[in-house]
Amino acid sequence: MVTAVAPAPPTRRTTEAVLLVFAVVVSLAAYASVGYVETGHLPASLAAYGAGLCVLVLIAHGVVRIFAPYADPLMLPAAALLNGLGLVMIYRIDLARASQPGDPGQQLAWTALGIGLFCAVLILIRDHRTLSRYTYTAMFVGIVLLALPAVLPAAYSPTINGSRIWIRVAGFSIQPGEFAKLLLIISFAGYLVAKRDVLALASRRVLGLDLPRGRDLGPILVAWGASLLILIREKDLGTSLLFFGVFVVLLYIATERLSWLLFGVMLFASGAFVAYHLFSHVALRVDTWLNPEAYYQSGQSYQLMEGLFGLASGGILGSGLGQGLPARVPYASTDFIIAAFGEELGLTGLMAILLLYAILVERGVRAAIGVRDPFGKLLAAGLAFSMALQVFVVVGGVTGLIPLTGLTTPFLSYGGSSLVANWALVALLLRISDAARRPIPIQPEATITMPTAPDDATQVMKT
Amino acid sequence: MNKPLRRMALVAALMLFALLANANIRQVVTADEYRDKPDNRRTLLAEYSKPRGPILVGDREIAFSRETKRGELKFQRVYADGPVYAPVTGYISPAFGATAIERAQNAYLNGSADEFFVRRVLDLLTNEEQRAGSVRLSLDDQAQQAAYKGLAATGRKGAVVAIEPRTGAILAMASVPSFDPNKLASNDIEEATRAKKQLEADPDQPLDNRAILHRYPPGSTFKVVTAAAALSNGYKPDTEVPGPAELDLPQTTRVLPNYDGRPCGPDNRTTLLNALRISCNTAFGAVGLDLGADKLKETAERFGLNQDLDFPMQEATSIFPEDADPPQTALSAIGQFDVAITPLQAAMIAAGVANGGVVMQPYLVQEVRGPDLTTVYTAEPKPMPNQPAISPEAASELTTMMIDVVQNGTGQAAQIPGMLVAGKTGTAQHGEGTRPHAWFISFAPADDPQIAVAVVVESGLDDPSDISGGRLAAPIAKSVMEAYLR
Repeated sequence: MVTAVAPAPPTRRTTEAVLLVFAVVVSLAAYASVGYVETGHLPASLAAYGAGLCVLVLIAHGVVRIFAPYADPLMLPAAALLNGLGLVMIYRIDLARASQPGDPGQQLAWTALGIGLFCAVLILIRDHRTLSRYTYTAMFVGIVLLALPAVLPAAYSPTINGSRIWIRVAGFSIQPGEFAKLLLIISFAGYLVAKRDVLALASRRVLGLDLPRGRDLGPILVAWGASLLILIREKDLGTSLLFFGVFVVLLYIATERLSWLLFGVMLFASGAFVAYHLFSHVALRVDTWLNPEAYYQSGQSYQLMEGLFGLASGGILGSGLGQGLPARVPYASTDFIIAAFGEELGLTGLMAILLLYAILVERGVRAAIGVRDPFGKLLAAGLAFSMALQVFVVVGGVTGLIPLTGLTTPFLSYGGSSLVANWALVALLLRISDAARRPIPIQPEATITMPTAPDDATQVMKT
Repeated sequence: MNKPLRRMALVAALMLFALLANANIRQVVTADEYRDKPDNRRTLLAEYSKPRGPILVGDREIAFSRETKRGELKFQRVYADGPVYAPVTGYISPAFGATAIERAQNAYLNGSADEFFVRRVLDLLTNEEQRAGSVRLSLDDQAQQAAYKGLAATGRKGAVVAIEPRTGAILAMASVPSFDPNKLASNDIEEATRAKKQLEADPDQPLDNRAILHRYPPGSTFKVVTAAAALSNGYKPDTEVPGPAELDLPQTTRVLPNYDGRPCGPDNRTTLLNALRISCNTAFGAVGLDLGADKLKETAERFGLNQDLDFPMQEATSIFPEDADPPQTALSAIGQFDVAITPLQAAMIAAGVANGGVVMQPYLVQEVRGPDLTTVYTAEPKPMPNQPAISPEAASELTTMMIDVVQNGTGQAAQIPGMLVAGKTGTAQHGEGTRPHAWFISFAPADDPQIAVAVVVESGLDDPSDISGGRLAAPIAKSVMEAYLR
């Protein structure tokens, strides 16, 4: 009996390895350059930093090679390069000896933790569809994590920079929202896959629009309400916007009905309108965005303006690493790290970084399109879009395109929660892309009666 | 589900493009605007992180940057001979920005000029320290020192401007009282602010460059312009003109008197030559009436009045009144009524006569060199619009008349042994109960003019005759010319 097997597509692991070498070399060169410019000699920490980065990248690549051989070859290098550059900038701002948060050694440790979680996800979750079993668990845990800072006593959830998004455990500050983001996207995907037929089909036509039935509005209203609650209790504009945006987009993808999108936009608009008029901190964010100069002297737009000054002084080519004044911007290594890149690497560097994010998002979307199961599609779409939206909100805020909201810049910002959670996010996307690119065998007639799950298909290939 | 997925990807792409477009706007389109915002200390810190180019007079650096160990700014601007050159150099201060040449030539001095672009890119690539250009002024150190010392010695306020007639190059520009730009340029903001407040509160306005910012009634020096208009309209030096003790002003009951109350010649008649020599008010009033406001104004404008000079610093426009009626014209002809000119304009009048009737555009910047010492700018002498102001013949006749003023008339204090000097005194009244301003305009050597000088000393002697101009202002002009020609 002849078993017809489709020629195995290339795994592209070598491509990934070459690109990873590139990412590490660029990061190390930048690190060395920063140290050289600031101190006049190569930094002593270069060896440790280089070794650490190399080992971590090697481990990540090895795990992908073994556990997700068909995974997309661009995402890991893009994430590694962003992470490496983030370390460089945190080191650079640390050298400026300004009173800025940020410790490159700590960030490297968190990178290790992030890569650890990345590997764990790839090793433990062999099929992303298993995650759909935990839809409601993930939802519950996600909501608890999200709500935690708001309900814990102030000693455990301090208000930092006007927002209560942190919890303090055993001397560590954790942003549970970063992890809640992943869990909620998983639960959104699972929930919408289960309910999408109802949400898509049952409708009333009003004015030529297919409107959802009243009782089907429940989920979107809950998501909207939850977002508003985050906004009010934790004063966290960015997260609120992120959750609602991702939820509405997933709802649209699941149902393929534009009316959900329109409805979502209307809800957002009304929520934003009410929030602007009810909450002074929301109004202030909008006002300082519209007219930042008027609020400079009072300090309310100091950070934004200093960031814009930094971008302006960077120009096309930037001042060069270590030669600008990025530490003038408060929180230069966390929320405003993109302004630091814009200043020292210029428009050129900033665009390159944005394109790295674009690669991550585009590859995520490609995985979503390529994967065959609806849960995988929704999950990949949700993860990819959350990355896109988060970058848009934080970079748009820092560069004055939209009102400033506090969100971390994925992989770049100083901070463990965000870094670790984003490595897990990339691991999930890699897992789905692996499923998408994994070859399905052409079934010979004799075996057509055999029930074959896509998982088993790989075994067919090995025979 | 793939169709909405593609749409989502499109939305993500649009968000990316919005970010990219916005980044381009922030970092390229509006970058200069943001760099120049007053709140932006980054520009300042960057400017002071490297040496600013020097301002030179001859080969001497009169403004330069010195490295400093104090404070967050790495360099401190230093002015040699501060008060002597302050009206020209101005100052650049971390607290208040730049003035005068420091402001006008900022792009060269801080290295941001377009001409240096290639150099900047090369420096960027080779990681060389960015360097700036140097600006060499047209000033002559000897003339400038003489001008400042001469003015300061009077104990009064005033200004001196000296011009090379052939080119328009400004050889001296002094203003007294002056100030020490080092105090204002101090990196210690508090010290600089204190110094500035004190200077601004000073009623003598030491921060003003009187040579170009203050307008004075020119008084009798303006008779040179009236004489120029007359010579351009058929008069000759020996043309007989009325010279009564008092000139009746038409349409009014008022009269224009001579200061000494005497006629300027027998039978109340005199010549144009004699009228200039003894600075006869009634004669020039009569000539002004005869020529009419339009002709007078035309000649005045050809010399530069009512015109914006293409000068790299803030300057006041000298004024000849519009639509003067006959009595006003008579007063204008002797430099009174609403005629008001800057010392720079006065020097241009002398220089125009000296240069055969062609008034040259005055300039202060002789040469700009790039960081690599290549010359990126050299002053090119060019005449003012509508030249010549007067014909070469008229200029020659006027020169003869002005030589006569110095040799035999009111300007004898400007005589230089062995050299012909041409000049005209002036004493300008400005309001009741104030001492008149003392003026002197001149050039030398009269047969081959190298330098034209205008001097004004505010509120000179309590004497309405031209003795004040001759006694106070002429010696300063003489010392400046001697210093330059020696």
